[in-house]
Amino acid sequence: MAYSTDKITKLFPQATIEGDNIPVVTIANAQWHDLAKTLRDDADLKMDYLVTIVGMDWTTNLGCIYYLMSTTYDKIIGVKVLAEGDREQPYIQSVADLWAVATLYEREVYDFFGIIFIDNPDMRRLFLSIDWKGYPLRKDYDEDPALNPISTESERQSDFTDVYVMGADGKIQKKEERIFGKDEFVVNIGPQHPATHGVLRFRTSVDGETIKKIDVYMGYIHRGVEKLCESLMYPQTLHYMDRLDYFSAHNYHHALCMLIEKAAGIEISRRAQAIRVLMDELSRIASHCLFIGTYCMDLGATTMLFYTLRVREQILDIMEKTCGARMTFNYDCIGGVMQDLAPDFVEDVKALLATLPTNLKEYDEIFTGNVIARNRLEGVGYLSREDAISYAVTGPSGRASGWACDMRKLQPYSIYPELDFEEVIATEGDSMARYKCRLKEIEQSAKIIEQLIDNIPDGEYCVKVPKMLKLPVGSWFQVTEGCRGAFGLYLESDGSTKPYRLKIAPPCLPLAAVVDPITRGTKIADLITIGGSMDYIVPDIDR
Amino acid sequence: MEVTTKSMPYEAFKDNEYIESLVKELQESGTNVIVGSLDKLINWGRSNSIWPLTFATSCCGIEFVSLGAARFDMARFGWEVARSSPRQADFMMVAGTIVNRMVPVFRRLYDQLAEPKYVIACGSCAISGGPFRKSYHVAKGIEDIVPVDVFVPGCPPRPEAMIYGIMQLSRKIKVERFFGGVNRKQKQEEFLAAHPVPGVND
Amino acid sequence: MQDLSFITAWIDQLFRGVMPGWAATTIECLLVGVGLLLVYSLLALFYIYYERKLCAAFQCRLGPNRVGPWGLLQSFADMFKMLIKEIIHLDHIDRFLFALAPYLVIIASMLAFAVLPWGNGLQVLNFNIGIFFLLAVSSIGVLGILLAGWSSNNKFTLIGSLRSGAQMVSYELSIGLSIITMVCLAGTMSVEGIVTEQSDLWFIFKGHIPAIIAFVIYMIAGTAETNRGPFDLPEAESELTAGYHTEYSGIHFGFFYLAEYLNLFIVSGVAALMFFGGWMPLHIPGFDGFNHIMDYIPSVVWFLGKCFVLSFIIIQFKWTFPRLRIDQLLSLEWKYLLPINLVNLVLMVLIIVFNLHF
Repeated sequence: MAYSTDKITKLFPQATIEGDNIPVVTIANAQWHDLAKTLRDDADLKMDYLVTIVGMDWTTNLGCIYYLMSTTYDKIIGVKVLAEGDREQPYIQSVADLWAVATLYEREVYDFFGIIFIDNPDMRRLFLSIDWKGYPLRKDYDEDPALNPISTESERQSDFTDVYVMGADGKIQKKEERIFGKDEFVVNIGPQHPATHGVLRFRTSVDGETIKKIDVYMGYIHRGVEKLCESLMYPQTLHYMDRLDYFSAHNYHHALCMLIEKAAGIEISRRAQAIRVLMDELSRIASHCLFIGTYCMDLGATTMLFYTLRVREQILDIMEKTCGARMTFNYDCIGGVMQDLAPDFVEDVKALLATLPTNLKEYDEIFTGNVIARNRLEGVGYLSREDAISYAVTGPSGRASGWACDMRKLQPYSIYPELDFEEVIATEGDSMARYKCRLKEIEQSAKIIEQLIDNIPDGEYCVKVPKMLKLPVGSWFQVTEGCRGAFGLYLESDGSTKPYRLKIAPPCLPLAAVVDPITRGTKIADLITIGGSMDYIVPDIDR
Repeated sequence: MEVTTKSMPYEAFKDNEYIESLVKELQESGTNVIVGSLDKLINWGRSNSIWPLTFATSCCGIEFVSLGAARFDMARFGWEVARSSPRQADFMMVAGTIVNRMVPVFRRLYDQLAEPKYVIACGSCAISGGPFRKSYHVAKGIEDIVPVDVFVPGCPPRPEAMIYGIMQLSRKIKVERFFGGVNRKQKQEEFLAAHPVPGVND
Repeated sequence: MQDLSFITAWIDQLFRGVMPGWAATTIECLLVGVGLLLVYSLLALFYIYYERKLCAAFQCRLGPNRVGPWGLLQSFADMFKMLIKEIIHLDHIDRFLFALAPYLVIIASMLAFAVLPWGNGLQVLNFNIGIFFLLAVSSIGVLGILLAGWSSNNKFTLIGSLRSGAQMVSYELSIGLSIITMVCLAGTMSVEGIVTEQSDLWFIFKGHIPAIIAFVIYMIAGTAETNRGPFDLPEAESELTAGYHTEYSGIHFGFFYLAEYLNLFIVSGVAALMFFGGWMPLHIPGFDGFNHIMDYIPSVVWFLGKCFVLSFIIIQFKWTFPRLRIDQLLSLEWKYLLPINLVNLVLMVLIIVFNLHF
């Protein structure tokens, strides 16, 4: 890791670097944009993937930590930038021109912390309504419900967005820009709409059947999980992970447990690790099965849903026997897993593995080879590799564009390095590729399970962990692979039993953001095809 | 009068005090023979044909999908005709958290449902805010926003619980009165008068 | 083959014996109208049940089985509910057109319904341009859909109805041409004439290759004409919520709902008439014994049976295939079906001219 930090200190002598595993560079706002450009373009660094922007409130000042990753060298680096200006109007230079996904990430930080990003083309609130008072993730946020009452009155709607630019006199100027023209035919799709997979809302400007522009509105299921976590003890924060992306409940649980264990220095037994990986892969199969079903239903082939749900039910049965629930399992815990595996777990999983190939073949016969399906999917919603990286589209959707972004391979965790599986990569970048990638990932997950199921190591399933777990002062960051892409977690501790800040970087937010650029010029029906193939889960976007 | 549902014996289903009290109320107020049998016919139609609105916000919505799938098959009861347009649906399964920003949309959806309309609060989020109750952006139960007919607890409720909940709704519809008399409609109107939507003349 | 017209003739004589001619005609018209309405609604309800059971079978489910024996009363319960459900009055709409649209749709399908050959001698309207009349009235339905979408003052309904307009106008061509192909073979436009023409052999066998091509095209175009999957773009649930009838509630929506299923019956009825001999039993030239046995099955059963089998195919389309996109839908019609159809028509004419049919 030394080479990259050396180069940064050489070019930017003012920057300070700390941290061993993931180095964190601290830099002033004035040089931030230059550093960002160097980080992205320099041949030795090539930090072209912006994992997340963590907004921070250190009570004395506000700031951001940018986590960047190099798709060439697979290295992660953090950049800490303190906001200039007072708490009334803190500001940081935007990097939306370097990474496309930053536009949305910066909006999120603005929404939660009130930090203004200079030159960001779209500086509106993201999750909260236009008239929301206060910035909820600041430490001094007033949670009085009288300030922001629950109202049945429709929220105010604006066709304008704000852009902040730095004036010549060093003062911030606010400009208004139109999102939709006066004569545009804007169709409102969502939040209650059968094809938005929850409560996402697209304001779609159309010309006949052709889409001109989409403005994505989020926050219809924003539940403030990050803020809630700050008032709960570490073991209590875990259960929220089940309710973000409820299909990768095990994976998210696994991620947070691992991060806390890493911070507390807890070693867990191999048995627990094997069980966790087994559960992760089982839920990946279930998740992809449901994706195939709902995707086909969106396209009009309802019957597929019932065929894929059959496999999902089988997996849910296996999980229920061990975890005691069908959806929100709360199974992984700090130090291992809650209970041991059910006695007939191995037998059930083997029965599942035996039927899986026939089921997959059936899906291929019904849908993949269908001429209408091929016409609807092939060539629709093309996403190039560069765009996929710039928009941070990870998971099967990113891999369908030829970007090897499987965090199980890039940032190996748990016992994944010892397992033999392929990373499914396609180069077509269209909806069909995204669909097929998921089909093939089911096979790979089955392969992982096959390797593990006969050699689950003996041992204890959970090590003893103090009930009142305290983490040392510090910050930790980690990226794992959920069912839909790279799931980042940032944890900062002030030495108490509660996290000072827990930032969740969901994979689905970029997936929803990329819908606008790739649907332009396509038909309304393609919006459903493309949105469905991205497979976002709205509670995961909104948190 | 015993209120049964979907060819289930009364003994298997008599645990709902609320419906027993409704039946008592009905019997006390007496009824006209012709109007009474017309009511019976109408209630038979209504209670056997409750179409849901396709509406889900989070986890519970996925269990609702499972409810429609082959294993639980709500089509057996005739509930599978999920309408996407609120004008054509009969009840709303509020499956998931309702947050501040969703409240106006949710209330509008309720107002758009055609009478008779029913609401099932499904899952702890819809009932009380559930695990997110302390959040700054979550409605603490939908009871303050729309009148609720049936509560189905769970996080998320199992599909069996959802079936049970909708069956209770079906029983509740059976003791309704279309032609005057005691009626849940009255309570609904009182509720709506107490919780008006600003800017909408309903 | 038992001719059922003796029943109607007997009723006619009964009335004419006790009242003047004009009164008898009026009462007969009324009776026929009421009977038609009754059959219409019963058949629609049965079709709703039929489709729900069938799709349940495709999807490894049970389907309605709680209301009445085997769930038979399920669609009756649905209809009762729909009859008394609130009809929402909307502001900012064209009230007259909004109220008119569902009636146009249902009247169009009911008129087309009247032409179908129910059985030997059981036909409401029988005149020499029966097929022409059927094509004409069935295209009124698209007007209702267009009006419904326009008058609702809703963007989804507007897109839905315009899609429907484009789709119906295009596929009407295919339906018309494939029917004309068969009319060439029959040499008559009268419904009764077409059925009697098939007394020795059904047209699908008689006209062999061009008839089969025409049948396939007719089934595709007929599915599109009824707005059913994979051509259900005007009410594409995942795109336009409920399409052109998003704003309709209560019995007005019920009309659209019933008409959809009835159109399914009519499309299969016309297919049965044009290709499978209407009510005519299966006759094979030379097998007199076989033909005689076939005659014992009542003609009404023959007709309904053919309709149900053909509907089964259309229902299976819907539950198997994904939906087409609007440009693919139109290019399928204009680039493929229409040219094939025209060539097929020429082929049929050649076959008739050179007497190559059976």
